[in-house]
Amino acid sequence: MSTEFSVIIGRLVSAFTLNCELFCLTLLFALPLGLVIAFGSMSRFAPLRAAVKTFVWVIRGTPLMLQVIVIFLGPGLLGFQSPWPSNSSGRMMAAVAAFVINYACYFSEIYRGGIEAVPKGQTEAGQVLGMTRSQIFFKVTLLQVIKRILPPMGNEIITLVKDTSLANVISNKEIIMMAKEYSAKGLIWPLFSTAIFFLIFVGALTLLFGWLEKRLDYFR
Amino acid sequence: MALLEVSGISKRFDSTEVLKDISLELEKGEAIAIIGSSGSGKTTLLRCLNFLETADTGCIKVGGETLWDAKLPHTQSESEIRKKRLHFGLVFQNFNLFPQYTALQNVMLAGELLAKEQPGYKANKKRIHAELEQQARDLLAQMGLSDRADHYPHQLSGGQQQRVAIARALALHPDILCFDEPTSALDPELTGEVLRVLRELAANNTTMIIVTHEMSFARDVADRILFMDGGVVVEQGPAKEVIDHPKEERTRQFLAHYGN
Repeated sequence: MSTEFSVIIGRLVSAFTLNCELFCLTLLFALPLGLVIAFGSMSRFAPLRAAVKTFVWVIRGTPLMLQVIVIFLGPGLLGFQSPWPSNSSGRMMAAVAAFVINYACYFSEIYRGGIEAVPKGQTEAGQVLGMTRSQIFFKVTLLQVIKRILPPMGNEIITLVKDTSLANVISNKEIIMMAKEYSAKGLIWPLFSTAIFFLIFVGALTLLFGWLEKRLDYFR
Repeated sequence: MALLEVSGISKRFDSTEVLKDISLELEKGEAIAIIGSSGSGKTTLLRCLNFLETADTGCIKVGGETLWDAKLPHTQSESEIRKKRLHFGLVFQNFNLFPQYTALQNVMLAGELLAKEQPGYKANKKRIHAELEQQARDLLAQMGLSDRADHYPHQLSGGQQQRVAIARALALHPDILCFDEPTSALDPELTGEVLRVLRELAANNTTMIIVTHEMSFARDVADRILFMDGGVVVEQGPAKEVIDHPKEERTRQFLAHYGN
């Protein structure tokens, strides 16, 4: 019994590394991509702005689960050569692609809100002091934006932790899928125990964001 | 030749004509005050001079050099304008200090960024930084803020913040320093400390354009006063004359609100 327990926990841990991997890769690509999308949605060039806003609407307006399936199967169904290798890493790549696109769109709206919340006077003060646009962004605006977006970002990133489970719709063997295999055999505790993995992960993130917010508490 | 020559500046926002063919000249060392009710175009004029708004027509010359001309597109590119801005300094009504920097850092930031663009910055980094810091500390001392150098803006009173903002503008040695209602966001007690600094600057022959609602201050400190109404300069002349013996009926009506 105890060996069975440690074997099951070991399997759940290794399945959870897939969740963690998906989480990290999504953040790695979606955080910068979101900024690009945010600038697109604030562009002074109206057609680009409209195109970006439509794209964000479609992505935010449809379920992530559906997007994962469409990205994985869509190219093949449309008669193209599937871009994803037909093995487990191909399924993982498709999941990462879908997650990155989806989360970049959510992040872009958070960035946009943060950027637009910085008073216009900050930019103007930089301009009259002879700063370039990029100097104003990096030296004046950016830290104020980061301070403002930390709470909504924390929220979104916590959602991402739990969303990683959706990768199992294209047979990525993440922790919930692994646990369900046991419940199909009549063993129910592994499924319930997955909650602890997520709780620990989210707890660590909550502490991290609390610490970051405190670090930026020195100015208003 | 006047240091600043502005001619034919017009600006409209949608259907409202905010500035109508404004011209003015400013001699080196001269301080002019622009007075007028809200919406008369005073602030827009200052913003056009600092290129925060683009005028529809007109021409801006400093020291005989054409900085900006509505008819000459090559004077209007962003990189050109950026360099030419440095002829002007602007102090805002709401201070607009950078909240994440201390008073000292606020005063130093722009100077450091400009120094970084100069050739030979890397070799002389330490010396340049030390010079800029000394200059910033001297300016803060001049503003009576030596002991506030390491405070963040939110730890300072409005009057102190505005004095840091003045030091920040002075740090780049502008030819002409513009003030956009510098005391309008301050209570009377704090207004006094900012006006005291402005008096000192005027006494040192700083070339200034001050948009203000402080009539007695304008009368005492400015060399000349411009009264604006409805986007035009209604009356201008020596400060005391305009305040004490306005020629135009509209000026008289306006000044009546201030108990003159």
